[in-house]
Formats: sequence, C-alpha cells, structure tokens
Amino acid sequence: MGTITTTRLSWSVKGHRLLDGIDMAAHDGRTVGLLGPNGSGKSTLLRLLAGLRRPDTGTVRYDDTPLNDLHRRVLARRLAVVEQDVSAHHHVTVRQVVELGRTPFRGRFDALTGHDRRTVDAALERTDLTDKQHHSWHTLSGGERQRTQLARALAQEPREILLDEPTNHLDIRHQLELLELLTSLDVTCVVALHDLNLAARYCDHVVVLDHGQVVAAGTPETVLTPDLIRSVYGVDVLVDREPATGALRVTYLTATATATATATAARTTTAARTPNGAAGRATTPTGVRPEADIGTTTPTPPP
Amino acid sequence: MTTSPHKTAAPTGTALTGRETVPVRRRRTSTAVLFVLAGAGLLMSVVTASLLGSADIRPLDVVSTILRHIGLGSVAPTPPLPGLLDALVWESRFPRVLLAAAVGMALAVSGTVLQAVTRNPLADPYLLGVSSGASTGAVAVLLLGLGGSISLSSGAFAGGLLSFGLLLLLLGGGRVSSPSRVVLTGVLVSQFFAAVTSVVLMVSGDANSTRGFTYWLLGTLGGARWEGVTVTVVIILTGVIAIHFFAPALDAFTFGWDSAAALGINVTAARVWLMVLTSVTTAAAVAASGAIGFIGLLVPHAVRILAGPTHRTLLPLSAISGAIFLIWVDAFARTAFSPHELPAGVITALLGAPAFALILKRLES
Repeated sequence: MGTITTTRLSWSVKGHRLLDGIDMAAHDGRTVGLLGPNGSGKSTLLRLLAGLRRPDTGTVRYDDTPLNDLHRRVLARRLAVVEQDVSAHHHVTVRQVVELGRTPFRGRFDALTGHDRRTVDAALERTDLTDKQHHSWHTLSGGERQRTQLARALAQEPREILLDEPTNHLDIRHQLELLELLTSLDVTCVVALHDLNLAARYCDHVVVLDHGQVVAAGTPETVLTPDLIRSVYGVDVLVDREPATGALRVTYLTATATATATATAARTTTAARTPNGAAGRATTPTGVRPEADIGTTTPTPPP
Repeated sequence: MTTSPHKTAAPTGTALTGRETVPVRRRRTSTAVLFVLAGAGLLMSVVTASLLGSADIRPLDVVSTILRHIGLGSVAPTPPLPGLLDALVWESRFPRVLLAAAVGMALAVSGTVLQAVTRNPLADPYLLGVSSGASTGAVAVLLLGLGGSISLSSGAFAGGLLSFGLLLLLLGGGRVSSPSRVVLTGVLVSQFFAAVTSVVLMVSGDANSTRGFTYWLLGTLGGARWEGVTVTVVIILTGVIAIHFFAPALDAFTFGWDSAAALGINVTAARVWLMVLTSVTTAAAVAASGAIGFIGLLVPHAVRILAGPTHRTLLPLSAISGAIFLIWVDAFARTAFSPHELPAGVITALLGAPAFALILKRLES
C-alpha cells in the first residue's frame, strides 16, 4: 500500500492544455475512481501518474518520494499499470503474459524462481484464468484479455495499481468481480471508470475531471449530485438510494440539449480560455449552470 | 476470479493446482532439448558443409584439419591431409562455412529483434535501410572509386552505417513515440539510398560493373577469405551477444512501448541500443555477403513456432538456426550446379517465398 499525490500537475500537447493544475491524492489502500466524459483527461492523468509522460509542471509523489527520484525499475516493483485496449503482436500464452509482470524483479539472464512461479500461479488463480493459462492470448475474449492484463499487474506484487477503464469489454459479472477483487486487495487503486453506478458502489473516493481540470473530488455520495453530473456529462439524472441495498443509484434520464451545447462551446474555447476563468470554474463545480455558457465565447464568471 | 464463491467450488478448481507445474517443467525440458539439438546441428553442419564439393574428403579429415589449425593437432583423429586438400579445407571451404554461419546468425537475430521492436511481423533486418545504404557504399567504391583503395566490403559497411546514422537523425536520436514512425522512416531511408544507387549505376556503370554489382547485391558467400571473415565474425558475434542483454526488454515490448516502460524497462535506451546493434551486425553481414533476403524474416517466425516467443530462448535459437540455414543454403548454392555457383540470396528467396506463404497462412489461423 502506498499513497499517490499530485500537486499542480499540468500537461500540454502542441499548445493544447490537456491537464491543468491537477491536485489529487489516492491514500493507502483506497480505491479512487477517476470520472469524467471522453477526452476529459483521465487516460492522460493516468499516464502522468505512471511516469510514462513527464508533466510540464507539478509533481507526482509516491508516498513522499517524487516520481523523478524513482528509478523506472524500482517504480515497477510497486506500481502496476493496466492499460486500455492493448494488443500483442505475436502469439503469447496467457501465462507468458502474466510472467511479464515479474520483469522488474528478474535479472537479464535469470530464470523464473520458485517465488516468481508461485506469484504467477496466484495471480492466475485470483483472476480465474488458471485453466486458460496455456491458451494463446489471441484466442481470448475481450474480457479474458482484460483479466490477463490484471493478472499481469498482480504478478508485479504492486502496492499501487493504475487502471484505465478496466471494465470495458467485461460482462456484468466480470465487471463486478473485477472491482470486488480490486477493492479486496491491500492495494491503492486509481481507476478510470465510465459507469457512475460502479464508481458509487466500489470507490472510496472519486475525482471528477472535465476539460483537464478537477471539478469535484470526495466521497461518491458528496460528489455525484444531479447538478454536477448535468454540468460535466450533460445528462439529466436521478440520484437516489436503491431501496433494497441502500446503495447510491444514478439513473440516467436524458441527454440535456443545453449541456451538449455547453460542452461544445466550452471545447471550442478551451484553448482561448483564461487560466482565471478556468480556475474559477474548478472551484465551484456545482455552481456552474449549464445555460450560463450558451451563446457566449467566454465563460460567465461564477457568482 | 476466486472472489466469487461458486467458482472456487467448481470441479476444475482442485485438478488445476496439481497441474500447474507440469507444463512448465515440460516446456523447460523441451527448450533444453532444442538447445542441444541446435548446437549439435550447427557443429554437424559446419563439418558436413566443409567436405561437400568436388574433392573427395572424409568428415574426420575435416575435423582433423580444423583441430590442427586451431592448435589442437594432438587430438586430431586422422593423419594430415596433403597440402593442397588441407588448403582447400582450411583456406577456402571452412572460412566460407564460418562466414555463412555468422551472416545467417546476424540476419536471423536482427530480424527477431526488429520484429519485436517495431511490433511488426513483416520486419526484417533490411527494414531500417541498412542494405540500401550498404549498396550505395558498394557502388560508390566499385564505380566512383570513392575512398581510394578501400575494399567493396568496407565501402558497403560504411554505407550501411551512414544510412543508419541518417535514420537515427531523422528519428531525433530515437525519441519517437510509435513503432510505425520507425518503420516509415526506415522505408524512406531505404528508398532514398536505393535511388542514389540507381543514379550512380546509370551514370557511371558499364555492363560489366553493373553485372558485378547485381551479383553482389543478390548475396553470395563466394568471396570468403580468412582476413575479412575474421573481422566480420568478430563484429557479428559481439553484436549478437550484446543483443542478448536486451531479451527482457524485447519480451516486454509484447504489449507496446508504454507497457514495457510500465514494467520498468528504459524503453528509449533499449530501443536505440537495439537499433544500433542490429544495424551494425546487419551492415557487417551485408558488407561481407550482399543483401541475402528472407532469412531474417523467416527464421524468427519458424523458431517462434517451435520454441515460443520468449526472447531468452528465441534469440539464441534464432542465431543457431539462422547459421545452420545459411550454411546449407550456401552449400547447395555452390554444389548443386557445380562448377556454376548460384547466389545464395536467390536460393533463400526461392525457398523463402513458399515458406513465407505457409507462415502467413498460419498467422491467419
């Protein structure tokens, strides 16, 4: 278990600011959900957290160590990354994929040790892939591939795992199983999710991104309000408690025409938006009324 | 996932725990067997190929001759051969077989590496344009007399390195974010040097020199002499051994560069080193024997089918298989239509095209 924190993290590509001053923290053993519509910066943030891209400004820390001070190989012994939609370019078996998770622990010419093999066995077992371990990766279903990646991550014996939409391609049962497994592990998880109900149910903490900024963060109960969801996703929702279990429930009603227009307007003005206006927007996420932006090229300052 | 209760109770659950180690052990044994077979095959190929030809020499004579020349004459099983035959074996056939082994090794290993680095099953050692650069270097020496008295091989080697230098420059020292950019830049460099070669041939080539160049380009091991062979073998062996240090990185490339980085691999360094090493080994191979095609494409695929994709075993087995393959191709090339000799590159392509069709069929299934 470890804590991941970021301070004022920013990243741009060719003048487009994709992440802007991200402050977030994922504490020991917690499951943190990264939420936000497509293009809001979830995957980019995960890449920066994983050290796969260097931030323009700001730092990522693992416990108290800045990412820059961690050797790549040392980092890989505590942090595992499950990417979205990866593909193998030649025939590998499931077991060989999971064995890749031992890479950071093996010397260049070392054979797998007994401990390596036991770790791989355990990872296969936990992801329900033991009887598929000698199958070719190419013959697997999308869900099995996803689980293979997770097994590979578990074989790294991580303290932290970053997952980019891991429930994609999974059927309902495997979605639930995967998230139950993640939350049962003694591992800090940062997981990008699309499904708000899954986030509400399995995340201890959620961080909502919109246009590369954190617009809300906190427990699912405090963050997932109809106002926020309308302003970020452009969807009218009903948020209530599921009567039988008492779990938070988000029911999608309809896409709001106004919010779609807002989103488009905001997107076209992203490049031109002033840091001031952007920061103001970030501090009062639920105060932004969708209709406030219509027809204007600059966002209305918050009250 | 075993977090779900009904799965742990499934009947397969208990049977699996007992089965886990068995296939692993079997796979390791078969890998060891493959290594022994490959090593024995290589030794046998060297000896057999050295005695193939017009003169009547027995296998033990070849072994004795080689032993005697490397200072182990006391254990030689047969008396010395007459001077002429001794020279035939030691000065002509053995260096040629050795060169074939080294070149085959270089091409097979380079192909294996580039297929993994670029994540492209169609990658071969010439993908980065080294052979085109070498051709330009060869014609520059052959036709333009560039570099004064340096040999065609040295010119070709220099040309190969030059083209790789250009590639690396275009790739910003290897700081690229996608394999396709490497492949496309390789194609670009390749085309450019091919064009330069054509221009030189058009402008200053006569029928004779053009023919000589074409023959060189098709690939032949006919020119093997100790002097050049030693240099080539040393360069290639050094390169091939150094490449083995990157086996874990090559495995980690399976799911892409980012995925490898997340496994603790310094991807940029590994990529640049691997490109440098394959380019130097390939340039040495092309300089010594011309651009022999298909080995670097075929052998890695064939070995992968036999021994699996793990580079710790794939690299050494590819090296040995490539060596054996080219030894036999060359033996065929010089004996089949004796006294006429076919370029080895023609034979590899003749064999390679149908074999490649089979591989493509397998990739589809």
